[in-house]
Amino acid sequence: MAANGNMTWQKHGPAIVGCAVIATAIAVIELLIRVDLISRFVMPMPSEIAVSFERVIVEENIPRRFLLTAGECFGAGILVTVIGISLGALLHRLPLLRQATETWVGALASAPTVLMYPLFMVIFGRNATTIIMMGFAAGLAPVILKTVEGLSGARRVLINVGRSFNLTERQLFWKILLPAALPTIFVGIRLGLIFALINVVGVEFLINFGGLGQLVAELAERYDLPGTYATICFVILISVLFFMAMEKAERWLRPGA
Amino acid sequence: MAETGRLTAASVRAAPRLGSVTLLRIAIIATALLTWELLAASGWLYKDVVPSLIAIAKALFNLLTTRVMACQADIPMGPIHLRWELWMPEFYCHLGRTAREIGLAVLIGGGLGLLVGLVLGANRFLSRAFEPIVYYLGPTPKIIFFPLMIMWFGLGPGSKIAMGAISCFFPVALSAASGVRQIDQVLIRVGKSFRANAWQTTTKIYLPAMRAAIINGLRLGIGIALIGTLLAETKLSNFGIGSLIIQAYSLFDMPRMYATLIVLFVLAIGANTLISRLGHIDPIRSR
Repeated sequence: MAANGNMTWQKHGPAIVGCAVIATAIAVIELLIRVDLISRFVMPMPSEIAVSFERVIVEENIPRRFLLTAGECFGAGILVTVIGISLGALLHRLPLLRQATETWVGALASAPTVLMYPLFMVIFGRNATTIIMMGFAAGLAPVILKTVEGLSGARRVLINVGRSFNLTERQLFWKILLPAALPTIFVGIRLGLIFALINVVGVEFLINFGGLGQLVAELAERYDLPGTYATICFVILISVLFFMAMEKAERWLRPGA
Repeated sequence: MAETGRLTAASVRAAPRLGSVTLLRIAIIATALLTWELLAASGWLYKDVVPSLIAIAKALFNLLTTRVMACQADIPMGPIHLRWELWMPEFYCHLGRTAREIGLAVLIGGGLGLLVGLVLGANRFLSRAFEPIVYYLGPTPKIIFFPLMIMWFGLGPGSKIAMGAISCFFPVALSAASGVRQIDQVLIRVGKSFRANAWQTTTKIYLPAMRAAIINGLRLGIGIALIGTLLAETKLSNFGIGSLIIQAYSLFDMPRMYATLIVLFVLAIGANTLISRLGHIDPIRSR
């Protein structure tokens, strides 16, 4: 029995401690606000935030805003995937072009592209296209780099088998190279989609347009503190769930990784 | 000698290849610039959205050399208050402010991240209890915390530094935690056999063995702190590079906006490459 209890503690103990510490921190903050050690004009009580969840969801039409943000992410994701994989395949097919431009793509990945949002606003206007294009610009580089890496890492023996079957270059790509590279390409897509999501919500907040990001900006401007905190919690929840789902999909594609 | 001969032959064979890569790079850049200039001259896109390269070059020159003003810097050091004034082009004043904000953000966020990463990496129980929280909060869009930072730290540089610090904290903490776990156990046992105390173990074994992980974390952290700080400046500030970009947007001064973005990108990519070289990290593969 004792050994069983010990096993359960070892398995679930850390998670229980983690949750308990967070719950305690929330309770302490509530207490500090109630005794006026933290100003309630700076931080609302956690109980007020919890209550305001329902209000924000109903009054601010969270489902519609969520769908809007999800749609923008989806648009950016499709662009990132299609164009990123195509460019990656092109770089793999033309080694000279790859040698000439791979460092540039790497530099693009480290460049603060999101700061180009005023430029994108001038080009596309203050609308969803700017947000989608910003998400696309942020997510493109990892997809290209991982596609090149995946296609280059395809096992020689698989390619030789394809050649022994007299496959054309097109067949070799679709039947052998792409399936072999898919797990690595998915890592790139996962990174690209996460960057796209971060940028989509960020630009929504910055240009005050769109779904969840705009709601945070709007509630903050209205000085609706519980609502602002609740929406921020909601955005965090969405991005954590999105991140977890992408990880699950990656594990499914790369069982050994 | 034979070995040397083979190497030399290989490098000779590789030489023309390198030349063709350089030529292709030049051709790509020339084509891009020519296309840009043609677009600017043709007026197919809205006038001024694609200004001519000469206009951008002029704006770049003006940005870096004109509008000389007095830049003031204040450093409170306890009872003493250091203040100095330097006359220089306006851009460098803004750059100085942004660099100071990013520097402080990296110092605070990176320092805390390193500390938390060391603790999480060294203790399995704490790692299982808290690392998932850090791990899953890492990729959330940090800019949405900006309204809270304004409430907590005010409209001045404090809220921008806080934004940068929050952004920098997560990659440094995760990288440091993973770095501690990757330390060769033999090194730790050697430290124990020499009866090294906690401070000596940290400074003589952990930190030197984690150099690459820490530098990689800092590289990512500085990049993200830069984005966090500058985005905060574009949202609400009248000083710093972010505010310069948004000023150019408000005045529809497109050449100046392009010039500011070019300088910013060169600085960001340069800093990233420099830190990668310091840690012998491949910036392409290590994201």
